[in-house]
Amino acid sequence: MPEKNASAAGDPASTRFVDHRNFVETVANCDRVGALDYRLLPAGDTALVVEFGDCIDRRISAKVLALAQRVNQAQLDGVLECVPTFRSLMVHYDPIALSTSSLSASIGELMQRLRVREDAGRVWQLPACYDPLIAPDLDQVAARTGLSSAQVVECHSGATYHVYMLGFLPGMAYLGDVPPELELPRLATPRLKVPAGSLGIATTMTCVYPMDTPAGWHLIGRCPVPFLERRPQPMALLAAGDRVTFAPVSLREYEQLAAQSAAGTLRMIPVNEPVDEAA
Amino acid sequence: MTPGLRVLAPGMLTTVQDLGRPGYQRLGIAVSGALDTISLRAANALVGNAPGAGALEVAYVGPTLQVDAEEVRLAFVGAHAEIQILPDINAVGGGRWIEPMRSVRLRRGEVIRIGSLSRSAVLYIAIEGGFDIAPVLGSVSTYIRGGFGGWHGRALRSGDRLPLCADRASDREDCRLDGLDLACPPRFRAIVGPQADLFSAREIATFFSSEFNVSADSDRVGMRLDGAVVHEPRGVNMTSDGVAPGSIQVPGSGQPIVLLADRQTTGGYPKIATVISADLPALGRLPIGAKIAFEPVTVEAAQALHRKLAAEIDAIQDRVVPIDRDAVEVGSILLDCNLISGVVDARSWRM
Repeated sequence: MPEKNASAAGDPASTRFVDHRNFVETVANCDRVGALDYRLLPAGDTALVVEFGDCIDRRISAKVLALAQRVNQAQLDGVLECVPTFRSLMVHYDPIALSTSSLSASIGELMQRLRVREDAGRVWQLPACYDPLIAPDLDQVAARTGLSSAQVVECHSGATYHVYMLGFLPGMAYLGDVPPELELPRLATPRLKVPAGSLGIATTMTCVYPMDTPAGWHLIGRCPVPFLERRPQPMALLAAGDRVTFAPVSLREYEQLAAQSAAGTLRMIPVNEPVDEAA
Repeated sequence: MTPGLRVLAPGMLTTVQDLGRPGYQRLGIAVSGALDTISLRAANALVGNAPGAGALEVAYVGPTLQVDAEEVRLAFVGAHAEIQILPDINAVGGGRWIEPMRSVRLRRGEVIRIGSLSRSAVLYIAIEGGFDIAPVLGSVSTYIRGGFGGWHGRALRSGDRLPLCADRASDREDCRLDGLDLACPPRFRAIVGPQADLFSAREIATFFSSEFNVSADSDRVGMRLDGAVVHEPRGVNMTSDGVAPGSIQVPGSGQPIVLLADRQTTGGYPKIATVISADLPALGRLPIGAKIAFEPVTVEAAQALHRKLAAEIDAIQDRVVPIDRDAVEVGSILLDCNLISGVVDARSWRM
């Protein structure tokens, strides 16, 4: 990877700054390959960010996830793990086993044969209960969006959501995009604790909190399916690239499902098989 | 009954940690693991464990533990602390005093009382044979936010009894560490970015020329810095991306947060720089109230330091030497005579 040395002249702090901005630009310019524009940015000496954009966008996400699958399949020596996010893939690596320049070159190669598709993941249909008894913000969301509560439920459960990424908490999936009529900013004052299973919306995203947590999203229901399985080992229900729809259930059905979930007998299976890009 | 270690008092935040749980960050599962992996490895080396065996990470104030096994061998590495060994739970004083950086053999009923830590935020207690705790996703590290790993996913509490793998210590000699350097670098080295382009030249210059304090709000997730402000970056509402160990986020307040072992896997605050891997163990030692400043280095320089540290880690075993009994006795006598500052308080403690 090309690097420039700091010049000796001038104010030391600004000199360092100029040096490193040059470094970032250099990396960015030398790695624009084919139709896929991306930047490689060092996140320390053991992680590399492959950045495809700076916003939440399904096409950007599809590129991130396609590259993640490619890097995982390539099983490059020294790659420790890949973390897909809305707009970038973070590749954690061991610099002793894999130099930054070989990693960059490998990513460039994988990028050239990248087949980007938006329907690669599993499809889930998950029960959700929008009963006002367990949906503390449903009325408020209705009032603020000018919809009735029933329309909020219809709107939220009528959309198919894409899992952009997992983060914030174990098993916490960022699902998007919520229909534009439901878009609201986060709560001005986050709640100190929301119960596990709470179904939230904020901005273009919806989520199910996998565990009790402080949270700042509007709570419009509850999902009885554990987003983080605890046994035998902790495992997230969803993965980036999956698609999710929510099927409204009554409070009674919710309670039955929640009891099964608590007893560890509720098992969700996806309604399709994931598409293996290599197949 | 299976051999165990009883927790009579938990200390401030005592958790089981190993080298962490990498490989699941794509699911939002933090890596966790020891804040100071050098001290963890050294403590394990002193008792003949594998370098990454689970040990107790003690933060700021130590626990009081009682041996509930025939005989155990413990090793203490990291912060400076006065370690008192009492013959039993009812002993009112006296006993033996030892200092960290060594192993010691203890019999059933003996009590280890560790006071306040100094010179580092963390001290590791390794036990020969290790704790008999089932790994979660390949690691015994405690992940408090996730509520799993270690001892029931939480810090130790009074009344806990940690099961041990071995009921007896081996016949190996007790050892100390010879010349292990746990000093912090004068400036922590960091690589600019990944969000270098969201900060102005002035902001980056301010960051690298400022001295910060480690704020009392710091924890195993992140070290919050105050004392200087890096002005609000343009991209404070940026779209989340990945988070690396040592990432330095700048939230709207302009007060940087350096992300540590329990960091979240993704984040939406711009990251001005990332502490290099070779400086992370020292970063983990930095206690609340300490001063910290940063110095930019290239990726290449950082990786050279990474290799150097890897070589030093390989050489830890060579620093494990048998204890010279005479020298130890002198230390104990000094402590008993209250000639060393801080000991007066320690000796008057009651459980």
